[in-house]
Amino acid sequence: MATREMIPRADSMLDVERTLRDRLAYVGRLLWRDRSGVIGVLMFLTVVFAAVFAPLIAPYDPLEQNLRDAKMPPAWYAEGSWEHILGTDNLGRDLLSRVIYGARVSLTVGFFGVLIASTLGLVFGAVAGYLGGRVDAVIMSVVNLILSLPYLLVVVVIAAVLGRSLLNVILIFGITDTPIFARVTRGEVLRIRQSGYVESAISAGAGTVRIIFDHIVPNLIGPLITLATFEMSAMIFYEAGLGFLGLSVPPSVPSWGNMLAAGRKYLTSYPWLSTWPGLAIMWTSLSMNLLGDWLRDVLDPRLRRARK
Amino acid sequence: MQRYFLSKVGQSILLLLGVLVLVFFLLRLTGDPASLMMSREATPEQIAAFREAMGFNRPLIVQFWDFATKAIVGDFGDSLHYRTPALPLVLERLPATVQLAGTALLIAVIIGIPIGLVGGFNPGSLIDSVGRLVALLGQSIPNFWLALILILVFAVGLGWLPSFGRDAPTSVILPAFVLGLPTLGQLVRLTRSAVLEIRGEDFIRTAHSKGLQPRVIYAKHVLRNVAIPLISVIGIQFGYMLGGSIIIESIFAWPGIGQLLEQAIGWRDFPLVLAIAVFTSLAVLFINLLTDAAYAVVDPRIRYGH
Repeated sequence: MATREMIPRADSMLDVERTLRDRLAYVGRLLWRDRSGVIGVLMFLTVVFAAVFAPLIAPYDPLEQNLRDAKMPPAWYAEGSWEHILGTDNLGRDLLSRVIYGARVSLTVGFFGVLIASTLGLVFGAVAGYLGGRVDAVIMSVVNLILSLPYLLVVVVIAAVLGRSLLNVILIFGITDTPIFARVTRGEVLRIRQSGYVESAISAGAGTVRIIFDHIVPNLIGPLITLATFEMSAMIFYEAGLGFLGLSVPPSVPSWGNMLAAGRKYLTSYPWLSTWPGLAIMWTSLSMNLLGDWLRDVLDPRLRRARK
Repeated sequence: MQRYFLSKVGQSILLLLGVLVLVFFLLRLTGDPASLMMSREATPEQIAAFREAMGFNRPLIVQFWDFATKAIVGDFGDSLHYRTPALPLVLERLPATVQLAGTALLIAVIIGIPIGLVGGFNPGSLIDSVGRLVALLGQSIPNFWLALILILVFAVGLGWLPSFGRDAPTSVILPAFVLGLPTLGQLVRLTRSAVLEIRGEDFIRTAHSKGLQPRVIYAKHVLRNVAIPLISVIGIQFGYMLGGSIIIESIFAWPGIGQLLEQAIGWRDFPLVLAIAVFTSLAVLFINLLTDAAYAVVDPRIRYGH
């Protein structure tokens, strides 16, 4: 097995020779060739754009109540008005503005949640994979314990104990998601350590630090970025679920989950209250799933070659 | 085989201990379980009396020993809301949750696997494209939102199916479909890629060149190998459905464990919450154990410890 791995592959040789700019251009070409990847990137950029520029593009203050205009349907209904394109909620707040601001909550939770989970997971996974032995056994048994529990149940119970706040939600997702990153990191570290190029680096006299930073870490980046995309999508999903149960950010914060929870009470009479936040979650989740599928193909050279 | 199974049982017992430790310390995350469980209007005297009654003022290690030894025999204390032992309240709700999760799994399996098989044998065909789209949507649509939409269409609009409760035999259809959809999508993708992968294996080429009937090759060589990854996913997903139906149950007012959990959280009835958490985790661990056993039956490599 080692000998087969040691034969240099044509495309990986080229990758080493390329400058950063060439590589970005290469990734760009790969992206362009995969239409669903392009669609995913564009869809995701709209969400990022909405979150970053919310105060500029939202037509109203998402918290501004106006009971006179409450429960207005979207503009294309007879009773609707173009002043509130997507209609208003039960307190007369503009739904378009709330959906736009909701992107901030979702992306904040997703981004920081993944940041915490991937950092902790990288450390625990790398330590377990590199040191092995008893440390590995202890870390992995905790990881397997948490991963074998029903995730939604765990998150719901912790959220119920801790109470509603943005920081709590981020911490809950960040910590409960750490085991997945740890498991993937450990698996990759074990695989890379046994690979031919690490073996030859060791026999060429490379030290531990050099092996970790020159050979192991660069090879971890691909799988972890892919995992991060899928996990961020999952966190956005679960945050909305928690919000729906009234366990996420405080009710005053315009988040998609909170909007769904509020809209649920008016489901039959004012269905648009829950339609928009639901579509927003679906849009974001779809974009990240497309993006993740594409990243998985592009960042893993073995899969890249298999594609036409 | 026996050794493999015994080691799995041993691991499950360790996991059970782990669950008890996690749950015990979870309640103490905020520092004071007494004020967590009492209503926000409770006076300091009431909280102190409650703390005394629940034994929260004893040393932690004593409390844990007390909690763990009782929990092992199924005693999680009394529900604060119902004032009766917590575990029977959970068990009472079990049949409804199992019925919901079982139906959801059945829907996912009988729709998802055939679509995945057709897609894997005919990549690029119409059924394959539609199946992959359904799979992608199934994993991207928030199921609680889909639940609301389906209620609007099938219960409110068309009036075909009940929108809540568990009174009619058709009541289970909408919640089970919503709960099963993400698994359905996953099964489509997994079956499809497993078929594609196994079709390219050397032993399939050998079978073809031996002149075996394609039907025999598909049934004996391909399907058996496809079954291996599917079994573990089906087992894991069933566990997730048992523990993850809280949102769906609360939307459809399905009287199962998930709905009880939502209510218990609302009542700050933490003994009941703990009983649900431990019981459901145990059920999931048990299903994982069964999955491992099924795995070993299907895949001889695992049985003989390779």
